[in-house]
Amino acid sequence: MAQRIDVKDLNIYYGSFLAVADVTMNIPARSVTAFIGPSGCGKSTFLRTLNRMHEVIPGARVEGSVSVEGVSLYSSDVDPVAVRRQIGMVFQRPNPFPTMSIAENVLAGVRLNNRRMSRSDAADLVEESLTGANLWNEVKDRLDKPGSSLSGGQQQRLCIARAIAVRPQILLMDEPCSALDPISTLAIEDLIQDLKDEYTIVIVTHNMQQAARVSEQTAFFNIEGTGKPGRLIEMDDTRVMFSSPSRKETEDYISGRFG
Amino acid sequence: MATATAAPAFQVHRIETRRRVTNHVMTGLVVLAFLLAMTPLVSVTWSVIAEGYKQLSPYFLTHSMRGVFGGSESGGIYHAMLGTVLITLAATVISVPIGLFTAIYLVEYGRGPLARAVTFFVDVMTGIPSIVAGLFAYALFAVILGPGATFGLIGGIALSVLMTPVVVRSSEEMLRLVPNELREAALALGVPKWLTVVKVVLRTAVAGLTTGVMIAIARVIGETAPLLLTAGFSDSINSDLFHGRMMTLPVFIYSSWHKGYVPCNAGDVACNPNINFERAWAAALTLIVIVMLLNLVARLVARFFAPKTGTH
Repeated sequence: MAQRIDVKDLNIYYGSFLAVADVTMNIPARSVTAFIGPSGCGKSTFLRTLNRMHEVIPGARVEGSVSVEGVSLYSSDVDPVAVRRQIGMVFQRPNPFPTMSIAENVLAGVRLNNRRMSRSDAADLVEESLTGANLWNEVKDRLDKPGSSLSGGQQQRLCIARAIAVRPQILLMDEPCSALDPISTLAIEDLIQDLKDEYTIVIVTHNMQQAARVSEQTAFFNIEGTGKPGRLIEMDDTRVMFSSPSRKETEDYISGRFG
Repeated sequence: MATATAAPAFQVHRIETRRRVTNHVMTGLVVLAFLLAMTPLVSVTWSVIAEGYKQLSPYFLTHSMRGVFGGSESGGIYHAMLGTVLITLAATVISVPIGLFTAIYLVEYGRGPLARAVTFFVDVMTGIPSIVAGLFAYALFAVILGPGATFGLIGGIALSVLMTPVVVRSSEEMLRLVPNELREAALALGVPKWLTVVKVVLRTAVAGLTTGVMIAIARVIGETAPLLLTAGFSDSINSDLFHGRMMTLPVFIYSSWHKGYVPCNAGDVACNPNINFERAWAAALTLIVIVMLLNLVARLVARFFAPKTGTH
């Protein structure tokens, strides 16, 4: 079910501005890959190219190739909408739909696409997704309450439930815990550990302890200065990256000497 | 040595006093400005109610002016209410789709010179004097049907020229208020853009959009000049927007007032010399009540569709 991602010579632009240059990496299936690096180095921008959310921004475009199990995401016959159904995304700030209840939020991917679903199938999907996001026990008695009535951490898990309800192959997470308290963060990290058996997970984080805790591979991005493009400095097993990185910048960043 | 440079005295009291005075003066000014703004409003409301209630009755609201002459107290404004509702409805039916789609284009799709041109022309349209809108609609139908064409729909089109830019502006603001995160959340679930716009953006903004449409309706429902030119005067009930003259409340108010005093024969008790003025006031009161009712409906709709917050 989960699939690998191969990125080759990827340049990412906003208009004529080169934001991220020359990234080549392989993200293995059924594992957690963390992107770390200082603010503005292009981690999130790069993450958004993996499910073609980057091009939602006017003027944004990419050069190079991203392929999932050998299928190129950017060839001309690929529908970006179909790509996003296969590759889910969780954002930095929890963003449940304010007009929908908890259950409707989970079903959003189905309902918004005008797909019909029997009542019992919908109930099953809600329970399955919320259980998968470790939220079922907390909300099972108030599924018809608005999603915005939940706490921040619960909202973020609701967003994860919403993302996995469309049964993607890959889950991208853009700093999913940066707006959350430590207890909610722990809940999400536990969830990531559970989810990696089924999904390929890519997580952007500013928190290096978090990267060390949850990921198998870590990629370090850096930027030489403002106006310069961000680059992938190195990528390796998380243990190697945090104990004996091969590049000096990585070591400086991880040991807190800059960034 | 420590006494050589004495610390400055603690001036809490003086500063507190000065700030308190300033605070009181400014509060007073703000309240005064509010009262000044309220004075004409209260005065108008009071006059309209005090003068308008004299003629207002179920009979007045359910009869037309057909065959009513002189100082007779019979007759009513049913024909004008019907005309106002129909013509405003026609204007709304024309303006809301055009205005809403323009706003969607500007917020969700518009880039570059075309979007800037649309914004510019919407701004220009906002400033069109209402009589010019009336002349435009009159001239348009004069070209198509020959000069002298007068029926309700022309009035509706004249009002829609005034209404569309208001709808565009208010809808645009409401759509821009929808957080971008919601669009991204929907797109990331593999929802096509058009469905994201329809089911997330419009759905989230619907309360504000309704309010905006109501404001636009309130803006045009009291227009007189363009309707004088396009829908004309009538004493009879006409429910057909496509044929014949159609009376509206603002035009009724204007024409009643214009008729002025009725010369009554001495001793004719059935003759009320002030009847035309009283009818005008009553029609004005009716118009205000209609606008208020529309606002009430809009508020209910807005509350019903508002994004759910909190735990209730």
